[in-house]
Amino acid sequence: MGELKILTKHRGEKDTHTLAHYKSVGGYEAAKKALSSLSSEELIDMVKKSGLRGRGGAGFPTGMKWGFIDRKSPKPKYLVCNADEGEPGTFKDRVILEEFPHMMLEGMIIAAKAIDAHKAFIYIRGEYTLSIDRVQQAIDEAYQAGILGKNCLGTGYELDMVIYQGAGAYICGEETALINSLEGRRGHPRLKPPFPAVSGLYGCPTVVNNVETFSAVPHIIKNGAEWYAKMGTPKSTGTRLFSVSGPVKRPGVYEIELGTPLMYLINELCGGMANGKKLRGIIPGGSSVPILTAKECETANMDFESMVEHKTMLGSGAVIVLAEDTDIVETTYRLAEFYAHESCGQCTPCREGTHWVAGLLHKIKEGHGTQKDLDLILSLTVNMEGGTTICPLADACVGAVRPAIEKYRAEFEARLTDSTHKKQVA
Amino acid sequence: MSYVFSETAEARFQKIKDIFPDKRSLILPALYLVQRDKGFVDQESMEYVAERIGEPISLAHVYGVATFYTMYNKKPVGKYHIQICENISCYIMGNDDVMHHVCKKLGIEKGETTKDKKFTVSGVQCLGACGYAPMMQINETYYEHLTLEKVDEILNGLE
Repeated sequence: MGELKILTKHRGEKDTHTLAHYKSVGGYEAAKKALSSLSSEELIDMVKKSGLRGRGGAGFPTGMKWGFIDRKSPKPKYLVCNADEGEPGTFKDRVILEEFPHMMLEGMIIAAKAIDAHKAFIYIRGEYTLSIDRVQQAIDEAYQAGILGKNCLGTGYELDMVIYQGAGAYICGEETALINSLEGRRGHPRLKPPFPAVSGLYGCPTVVNNVETFSAVPHIIKNGAEWYAKMGTPKSTGTRLFSVSGPVKRPGVYEIELGTPLMYLINELCGGMANGKKLRGIIPGGSSVPILTAKECETANMDFESMVEHKTMLGSGAVIVLAEDTDIVETTYRLAEFYAHESCGQCTPCREGTHWVAGLLHKIKEGHGTQKDLDLILSLTVNMEGGTTICPLADACVGAVRPAIEKYRAEFEARLTDSTHKKQVA
Repeated sequence: MSYVFSETAEARFQKIKDIFPDKRSLILPALYLVQRDKGFVDQESMEYVAERIGEPISLAHVYGVATFYTMYNKKPVGKYHIQICENISCYIMGNDDVMHHVCKKLGIEKGETTKDKKFTVSGVQCLGACGYAPMMQINETYYEHLTLEKVDEILNGLE
């Protein structure tokens, strides 16, 4: 366990974003193999056996997702790459988009063959202008080299790719909201079922996968499912990119084998806490997941199973570090405010709940709150979770707020006007 | 005079107008073309976008879309739009100091534009540069690992 560079093996080398570099390290060999000698069934089977799970947040098994597509459907099938990286704390897809765009394109070509898609869209968040430029350059190079187009890699397979620029809405990272956005609508998540595999983009069978998920695929096809499944833990195979932010010595993106202890990532790879500060807690999987206290961090491993044991999630792989001097009331408020801002407004528990929670937290952090306000937040969160809404944005707000209050309650209470903790903590 | 696409915008529109299976998908890219032309999108240009895409797209639909997404400016912004992240990682790393410093230096509050229309300052949500915080975005460029000295240098360097 520890650092293991599969996707980012060539990071730091010159011009890794170019076709010339990618080809020099064996790029597009897997796509050629997939298009010329492997069937859709074989590809889906390989990805299933590899154990690859979605790297966007939900961790859904990728091969299974591809398998849901009815390839006999007379409708066109669409492939969509979710590059709308927006979960606070997350900046790992940027590394692939800016430095290894061809790896992602190759994964998409293989996925397209697996689901019989001939048109693919890459939905990139609007602010990522360098990513958009780099991916566009990569697509242009791929067309010129005959990798994309009417006769991909000389195999007769036809595939077109189009970039779509998002316009600043976190919710579009949710796959059905992303599909609506791609269709020129407001980014409102859709009711499921029907799932995108049945009725997605333009009402056609659609697969949406994350940037990093696609980028793992060429390696699996090239080296085999067994090779991939050997890395990591039984239910969390392979490696993953983690974005570490906050007061550590070397924040940044690290690729580690799944199952690596959280504290190895923090102490060994990130060099430990900056300025000799003590660790206060870590949000291990992006802003939506429950925070771990410093003590819980000691036993947590970066895999799906260990995160479940610790009642949190691996999410988008964003590790947000909080130090002893971090104001947890303020950080919790900032997150609640974020969800209130990004709620699309379709469902009452989310539209109203996120604003109520953010408003009450604002009141508390400004020193005007009471015990009743704190309890009201907790009771509101009960009505916002567990399937009362179309998508999990409200649940994400609950994940960010409730465990923070439960685990650091004294800090919140110290701000209340009727606090009994005030003297001790303040 | 009512708005029409500039030559560059028109050329780009012609290039993309047939790549989507449904022309409705042109709304977001078309609004970007408007914004590149005018710096913001207003009702007149939304009406133009609806007309250019044609039935069944109405002004109401385009308006709904334009107002849903934060990257479409609904009113004019300064020549340099400074966007400062206010979310968790940037907050922890001291982005509030950056916001305070920029506002003080320009003599405006968050959300305002300087009188000479040169700068607009906005507080925004996560821009995906958390490990390189504090950070800000000016127009399309990210500035990361900021210090207050670095902020001064960047702002002073803008013509």
